[in-house]
Amino acid sequence: MAEETKKFMYINRKAPYGTIYAWEALEVVLIGAAFEQDVSVTFMDDGVYQLMKGQDTSGIGMKNFSPTYAALGDFEITKIYVEKESLEERGLTLDDLQHLVWEDEDEDWAEKDSIRLVSRSELGDVLADQDVLFNF
Amino acid sequence: MSMLHLVNKSPYENSNLDTASSIMKGDDALLLIEDAVYGAVKSGKASAMITGRSVSVMGPDLAARGITEDKLADGVTVIDYAGFVELVENNDKVQSWL
Amino acid sequence: MKLTIQVNEGPYQHQSADSAYFFARAALEKGHEIYRIFFYHDGVNNGTRLTTPPQDDRNVVERWSELAQEHDIDMVLCVAAAQRRGIVDDGEAERNGKDATNIAPGFRISGLGQLIEGGVQSDRLVVFGD
Repeated sequence: MAEETKKFMYINRKAPYGTIYAWEALEVVLIGAAFEQDVSVTFMDDGVYQLMKGQDTSGIGMKNFSPTYAALGDFEITKIYVEKESLEERGLTLDDLQHLVWEDEDEDWAEKDSIRLVSRSELGDVLADQDVLFNF
Repeated sequence: MSMLHLVNKSPYENSNLDTASSIMKGDDALLLIEDAVYGAVKSGKASAMITGRSVSVMGPDLAARGITEDKLADGVTVIDYAGFVELVENNDKVQSWL
Repeated sequence: MKLTIQVNEGPYQHQSADSAYFFARAALEKGHEIYRIFFYHDGVNNGTRLTTPPQDDRNVVERWSELAQEHDIDMVLCVAAAQRRGIVDDGEAERNGKDATNIAPGFRISGLGQLIEGGVQSDRLVVFGD
């Protein structure tokens, strides 16, 4: 591609299953990975619920798509921002969320954390630094 | 670099306006459209969220909802869709708080 | 400016499609280029030709079709979202064994890559939704 790479940010603010936004947003992130832009993903407000461990959807008859988040590292999505205030408001800690990792080929495939816990103010700085913001 | 924050839901319905107004930076602009225009009414509690920020509100949406301009908080600019386009021109990117 | 517009909600249920439409019109009037309008989630329902709104109400779908025709705008319905919600063109009908099509004029069905590409190629992405 002749154009400069852009900083793409996908922002997730809604809980999974109650509406389709969480899943259909994830589909955009996965497809978008092929376009070789500088990608980041944010989970804030009810979006943090998307990353909760132990989702069992058998009783509601919906596909459990939460395992897909674990694959984000394989799609070279290594910058996943989770907002601290959103977790705290909801009585959650990082321990409640999936441990998302990526493998750094420049360091012998060392496993690294993808999740970056940020305050609202820090998140504001991150968003300000982006070129394109996707919301669902 | 500045951002245009777009909010379309009433602050009495959900926390989108609260989130937008608390995360936006000094140079950023805030545009209230659709049901979010209720947030610009001076007598409403939510108008406190927009104090001190650069806030525009969609005139056609105010009129549709029977909100006259004298009811608005101080410092709010009433614009139309052409003004919306101008805000998009003048800010580097748009953040829609959905 | 080159603009890509994303519409996340269907006609009538939410005001998003209306706001997006008026924004698009205003942008064109100011001489900007609309690179693409991408319909996602329930937004794909803006592309059904089978709506019969009341006579005294706006015809959201037709309005989009007219806009597309007047200004030669690329209006894309996301294929995955359209399949889920039953918006069908000839290709989809054949591929998925459907006995009818319902896509409105001026729309085409294509992949999510069109949205991403819109983000890459445009100066601004503006998202309308819930």
